[in-house]
Amino acid sequence: MGEILLQINNISVVYSDVIRVLKGVSLSVEKGHIVSLLGSNGAGKTTTLKAVSSLLKPENGEVTDGEIIFQGKNIQNQAPEHITRQGIIQVLEGRQPFKYLTIEENLRVGTATRAGKPYKQDLEMVYNYFPALVARRKSLAGYCSGGELQMLVIGRALMAHPQLLMLDEPSLGLAPLVVKEIFQIIKKINEDQGATIILVEQNANMALQVAHYGYVMENGKIMMEGTAKELSDNPDVKEFYLGMAASGIAKSYKDVKSYKRRKRWL
Amino acid sequence: MDFFLQLLVNGVCVGLLYGISAMGFVMIFKSSSVLNFAHGELLALGAFFFLALITWAKLPVLIAFILTLVGCFILGFLIERFFLRPLIGEKLIFVIMLTVGLAAMFKGLILLIWGGNLHTYPDFLPEAMALKLGSIYIAPVYSATLVISVLFLVLFGLFFKKSSQGIYMRSVADNQKAALSLGVHVRRVFALSWAIAALVASMSGIVLGIINGVNVHDLSSIGLKVFPVVILGGLDSIGGAIIGGIIIGLLETFTGGYISPSLRDVVPYIVLVFILLVKPYGLFGLVEIERV
Repeated sequence: MGEILLQINNISVVYSDVIRVLKGVSLSVEKGHIVSLLGSNGAGKTTTLKAVSSLLKPENGEVTDGEIIFQGKNIQNQAPEHITRQGIIQVLEGRQPFKYLTIEENLRVGTATRAGKPYKQDLEMVYNYFPALVARRKSLAGYCSGGELQMLVIGRALMAHPQLLMLDEPSLGLAPLVVKEIFQIIKKINEDQGATIILVEQNANMALQVAHYGYVMENGKIMMEGTAKELSDNPDVKEFYLGMAASGIAKSYKDVKSYKRRKRWL
Repeated sequence: MDFFLQLLVNGVCVGLLYGISAMGFVMIFKSSSVLNFAHGELLALGAFFFLALITWAKLPVLIAFILTLVGCFILGFLIERFFLRPLIGEKLIFVIMLTVGLAAMFKGLILLIWGGNLHTYPDFLPEAMALKLGSIYIAPVYSATLVISVLFLVLFGLFFKKSSQGIYMRSVADNQKAALSLGVHVRRVFALSWAIAALVASMSGIVLGIINGVNVHDLSSIGLKVFPVVILGGLDSIGGAIIGGIIIGLLETFTGGYISPSLRDVVPYIVLVFILLVKPYGLFGLVEIERV
């Protein structure tokens, strides 16, 4: 096993002092790997990312237990400005561009963690990964398509030279072909730059194709973990996340019988 | 005709001044959604600070001017640091009430030190700065206003369009959460917008002081004119603030010149009501980009 970049030990997250969303989540992310975090809606995937990036605070959430260790240092509940300056950048769910800034200005905001340093070369790099953005560089982000925006927000995060890039559902609301393109680029970014990536996804099929390792979350807990291959071969994951029957054939709704569910994970 | 042109030029100059001072107000509103009711007092504070520097400290005009701007910039920073920052996360109404309190405090402070009388600056603008275009005569104050205003507009335009810090400030106004996720120092942006707002307010305070004389009550009520200006221009548009300022300035001078000087403070509000009937978000209010 290689060097561990991020280690989460048994954290609990509570919103508004009463709603416990994470109930003891532990995971570790190896340097240079893509780790994917799977699970249904409300499983706590996004909350896990926000616990790391400290973006819980504006939403009145807090890490109450456990510890988050990044490069050997304890970082939980620090201000987001400090977290980002250590090289942890989260790409928020639902894209969140700066609508009234042009594409290029959006990318320049990505340099906030190292303000004042030259950024021209990084712009070139982002345009290399996402040639589709070059033609739109002067137009307002609010008028760009969903695919372009997803590329924009990933590019914007790359401008910060992240050590750890956390992508929250990059496939949300995109056409299958665009999703494929974006996942190829994610893989390429990981290979070229050695960037460590945590990938939160509903699209388990896509995510397990690019990831090295995966965790399955349910109800605020990690239910299963393994290499991408182990997970995609696992019959439960196949059935519940990849939409396959145990035999590997896509199954039809008429065969679904609730009592056949092998495991309830609750 | 000459009278008309004369009023037109004066109106545009005064209007630019209103616009620039409103710009500071809009900046605070855009970045942190706070309506700053102490804007008029910041304006007055700048004017009195300048007065103190040139009459008491007897500094040369240019140095006094620059010192005033720098001082107010720092003051804006401190206001944010000591009064507003503790209230981050509290309800907006508390923050707005705080600015009302600040207004009372600053006004009291000025009354305590300088009293409520009308002061004037010594006449320092050289007559050579006056412009004669055909039969219209532009007084030195107005030509100076024009030059300073345009200079400020260009500088701020460049700042917000080109400099990284300016782009970070716009990003916070646009989507605070995303800005936070990229490591933009949001609290620093708030502080900077207060500092810039105080700076432009003091600048317009000084120039208005040259035109109308320096008096707390007049200046702080002129500061309140940012309300019709920004509502007219659209609360969140910096360009709109400038155009709104020019419109209000023109309305004032024309009413004063053609109808009656005593109506000049009222007519802008009347016109405002009619414009808002047609365009409820103001002339340049943000039209949400809606992606479906």
